[in-house]
This record gives sequence, structure tokens and C-alpha cells, in this order.
Amino acid sequence: MSVSENPSVRFLAMGEACVVVEFGNTIDPEVNERVHRLARCLQNLLSRPEATTYQGTFYRQEYRSWSEVARAGIRELVPTYRSLAVYFDPLEVKRQALEAQITQLLQEIDVPEPAGALEAEAGSQREKTFPRQGKTVIIPVCYGGEYGPDLAFVAQHTGLSEEEVVKIHTSRTYRVYMLGFLPGFPYLGGMDERIATPRLETPRTRIPAGSVGIAGTQTGFYPMESPGGWRIIGRTPIKAFDPFSDTPFLLFPGDFVQFKSIGEGEYRKIEESGGRP
Amino acid sequence: MMQMADRIKLKVLDPGLLTTVQDSGRWGYQAFGVSPGGVMDEYAAELTNLLVGNPPDAALLEITLKGPTLRFEEEGWVALGGADCGATLDGKPVPNWSAFYGRAGSTLILGFVREGCRAYLTCAGGFDVPLVMGSRSTYLRAKIGGFQGRPLQEGDVLEGINLVEARDEPGKIVESIRPERDSDLPLTQSSTITLPPSLIPRYGSPILLRVLLGPQEDMFEPEGVETFFNSPYRISHEADRMGYRLEGPKINHRGKADIVSDALAKGAIQVPGHGMPIVMMADHQTTGGYPKLGTVILADQYLLAQGKPGDEVLFFPCTEEEAIVAWKERRDHLSLVRAYVDRLWRKYA
Repeated sequence: MSVSENPSVRFLAMGEACVVVEFGNTIDPEVNERVHRLARCLQNLLSRPEATTYQGTFYRQEYRSWSEVARAGIRELVPTYRSLAVYFDPLEVKRQALEAQITQLLQEIDVPEPAGALEAEAGSQREKTFPRQGKTVIIPVCYGGEYGPDLAFVAQHTGLSEEEVVKIHTSRTYRVYMLGFLPGFPYLGGMDERIATPRLETPRTRIPAGSVGIAGTQTGFYPMESPGGWRIIGRTPIKAFDPFSDTPFLLFPGDFVQFKSIGEGEYRKIEESGGRP
Repeated sequence: MMQMADRIKLKVLDPGLLTTVQDSGRWGYQAFGVSPGGVMDEYAAELTNLLVGNPPDAALLEITLKGPTLRFEEEGWVALGGADCGATLDGKPVPNWSAFYGRAGSTLILGFVREGCRAYLTCAGGFDVPLVMGSRSTYLRAKIGGFQGRPLQEGDVLEGINLVEARDEPGKIVESIRPERDSDLPLTQSSTITLPPSLIPRYGSPILLRVLLGPQEDMFEPEGVETFFNSPYRISHEADRMGYRLEGPKINHRGKADIVSDALAKGAIQVPGHGMPIVMMADHQTTGGYPKLGTVILADQYLLAQGKPGDEVLFFPCTEEEAIVAWKERRDHLSLVRAYVDRLWRKYA
């Protein structure tokens, strides 16, 4: 294990073909944002050749060598709550070199935005290379009724009306800390504790795709049919996972989700038009 | 160029215990929660593929414990490798780790595995199922990929990929050979396209696995790590394509036995509060909330993939340098075997 100059980052090995860049060990929006920022930067450097030709600062040379290294042997990036796993081919990439490159990159990412006029242009270029934030995705949800069989229980449990539960659930923007468990399943953070409700004692064997649920202080939705113990308060017609689409996933790790209450009519309309926004 | 054969076609008369189409995996989507999947034993699968001149990522059948019965509807070359399941073609034994030609109407029966756990069957070019997110692997949990996202069933018909635009040699050579007379079939000749024992992996119990510590080894008592490396473990009945749970002496944590979820790799050894190790396999979840004591090195992962419930597993510490050398040796060996098989085909042609 080596520790970079940045005391809050640790490089850990998970076998000879993976380095885990660990930013912390808590569920924390700032820690998580650093994970996704590094992931986005690396992904950009891997997929956009022009990102390597950015001129105007001292680090161009490093990018060039970085991108050569990366294209030769980086297999996959997996951001999670608090760390970024970088899978690589150990016959192409040396761990030490990779860790040095990432350390360098982290220092550059953490540089404050340029202020001067000349740098403004460089700043926009920089924003392209190092995009600051994920996108916000609106998820329309038909709450209650047959789509949300547990909405009444959540209202009863929390001492709120069903309308209040929906209002609170749709009033916040949730961070997609990571995706996992099922393809496209978002681990969302930031739910209002007033609507926190424990899981079902006996999980259901079948929860339809699109179901929106609450489990403790967590909320989320099922991208595909699955067994599960979450309290289901509504359903979205949006297809968050479509394996046959060119873009199989609606959400990226690091994005934000905003739920919006819709009626049954609109639900059917979106469903019939293919379930993509 | 010789006339191209029709695409090989195999009808499933009996699917066996769990037979799925797999390739080298669905990489690039772990960030979205999709397991890389693919073959459990990459070593056996690559050896089987190269027997008919296929690239390492060609799709084959992964056969678990008991093999299927298949009938050739259209003729063609197939190859068999991995765990030996006493295959017969129209009642005549077929050597394991060999390529052979099946005539239309012939029946191939694969029985119970004699050693190991998984056998592989491929055809020239690999099996033709739709690519889903860049891979032909069956992802059982998400019901996608492979043959309609599920294990094979009776009555399914598998076709080979059309090789009109044949790739590299020796694939081209394999494709150009259409034995006219039965006496031309490799099985009836003394020199078949078969790998000799010196070139093939051996399976069985005990299974010795080299392990690199981390990433959360500091969450275990030193005595717990010692227990792990000095005790025999057994593969439990909870052993499938997602993971293998082992049974043996309890591995003690230093404090709590959970972490804020982070990534999981194939080969990673999670230890939940019960203290029994769980080794992640091909269809592993992409993230997990239990501390990981170590990771089985790439070169040894196939050994566990060929392990079955009851087999003994022993872990040994190793250095990253040793792990990389072992992996390099594996890759070099595969290149050499590929060159050797290439030579067999040239001789046969």
C-alpha cells in the first residue's frame, strides 16, 4: 500500500489487475464527488483523443504519456460511494506508474478554476476535459394506487398524509452515489428522514421494473423486475435499463435524480413512447 | 478458396444440468452494476477455442457437472475441453481436449464430469447468439445475453457463426476442411487434433490458490489472517457462477465486519461477519459491503472455477511480482499451444 502526497487518498490493491483509489470510508457527498470527478476525467482521457492535446498549461506532456499508458492497458473504471476501482492489464501497465499518473491527475483536478481573461478560454476547454458535475435526470413517477402499494403504509408509519409523503419525496434532488446490485440500480442519497420507513419483514418475490421504493432512509427504484424488500410507493414508466439500446443506461454514477409526480394518463403516454425521456 | 460449409447447427436433446452460452465477458459496464460475467474458467475456454482456430472471445457452451446431449442438424467442426465428461459421438468415445467433425444426424452425448466441474464445447467460429452490450455471455441474473438470456433447454437449436469472412489462420484452414469420407475424419485417424497431457491443465482436490492480500486486510486480526492461510477450507453447496462460499475455521475481524460498499473483482475474497470466506466468481456483484481479505491471483482463478462442493481449498500468500510472472507464463503457454495446434491443422490439411 502506498499513500500519495494527498493524505486523504489511499491506493489499495485488489489483486494484480486492479488499483482502488480510496477517498474515504464514509457516505459523504464531497467524498463521492471526488470519486466521480476522477472517474469522469479518466474516462474522458481514455475516450477522447483531443483531450490529450489540450495546450496552455504545464501538464500536456503528462497527459500524452498518460493516455498512451491508459489506452494500452486500462480495462474499466468502477466508481463507488468512496473509491474508484481502476481495472488494468498487469502485463501492459505497471501499478506504480499508474498510481503516479493518478496522483498527478488528482493534483491537476484540484487546481482552482483559472480567473483571468486569457485563461477563460482555457477554462472552458478545461471544463470539457474535466466536467464538474453529473447531469440531473427527471424521473416521472405515478405514486400510490396499484403502482405504489406501500404508499398508504409509509403515510401511516410516518404520520403524514399520502400527499405529504409524495411532496417530500419529490422536493429533493438525490445524488446517484453509485450503481450496483442490479444493472442500473441507483444508490441514491439524501432522502428526507421524515419519510424514512423500515423494509418489509418478508421481501416480495417479484417487484415490477420501475418500482420506486423506500428502505430505511434510502430511496431508489428498480431498473428491472426483481425480488425485494423495499416499501414501494410508486412506479416510473422510464426505462432506466434497456440492454438493446445504444445507451443501455439512463443514469450514470455521479448524476442527480429528481422525482416528479405524474398521473396515470401521463404514465401510459411515456410507457407507450418507449420509456425514455 | 473451397466452398464454405453451411453453418453448423446443433439441436439440444437434453440440456444437462446448467449449460449456458459464454464468451470472454461483458466488460465496460461494471460502473452500471453489470457483472463482467463470461466463462468461469478462462484457461479451459481459451484452449478449447483455439482447438478450432477461434479467437479467445468466441462464444462457447459452458457445461456444469453434467453435460448435454446434442444432435448435429448441420455438419461442422466442434471442440471439447475443460472437465472431462466422457463424451461420445454416435456411441464412440471422443477424447477430451480435441477437435472433431460432426456429421448431420450424429448425436453427441456428454455425461457427468469425471474431474473438475465445467466443460466447454465450441464450434468453428463460435456460437452465433446476438451480441448484447458487446458480449454473447449469458447473464442469468439479468436474463440477458447468450441463448435468450437463459440456460439451454430441450429443443433449442444453436448455430455457428457464418465464417464466409473467416478471420485469421488457422480459422481459415479449419473452415476450408470438409472431410468427404469418414476415413478422413480425425477421430478415425491416429493423428487427431488433440492436446497431449503435457499441454493441458489438471483439476482436482485439494485446490491450491495463491492470494494477494488486500484491499481490507487491515480489518482482520493478524491471527485471523493466519487462520486463513493455515487452514483447509471446503467448497460449500453455495457455490455458483456468482461466488463460492467456503467452510472452515472462522476468520476473525478486528472490529466490525462491514464497510461502506466498494468495488468487487473476480477472485476477491469477501469475509462477512460469519467469518467464512466467499470468493467472487464470473457473475459476481460489482460492489460489496464486506471487507475483502485478499484476491486470488489471475493465474489460479481457473482452479477454483473447476472446483465443486466438497473439494478442499488451501490458500497461500504470494507477492504481486510472482502473480504477474505466473500470469505472463499462462499467456505465453497459450500462445505456444496456439502455434502447436496451428501446426496440427496444417499437417492435417
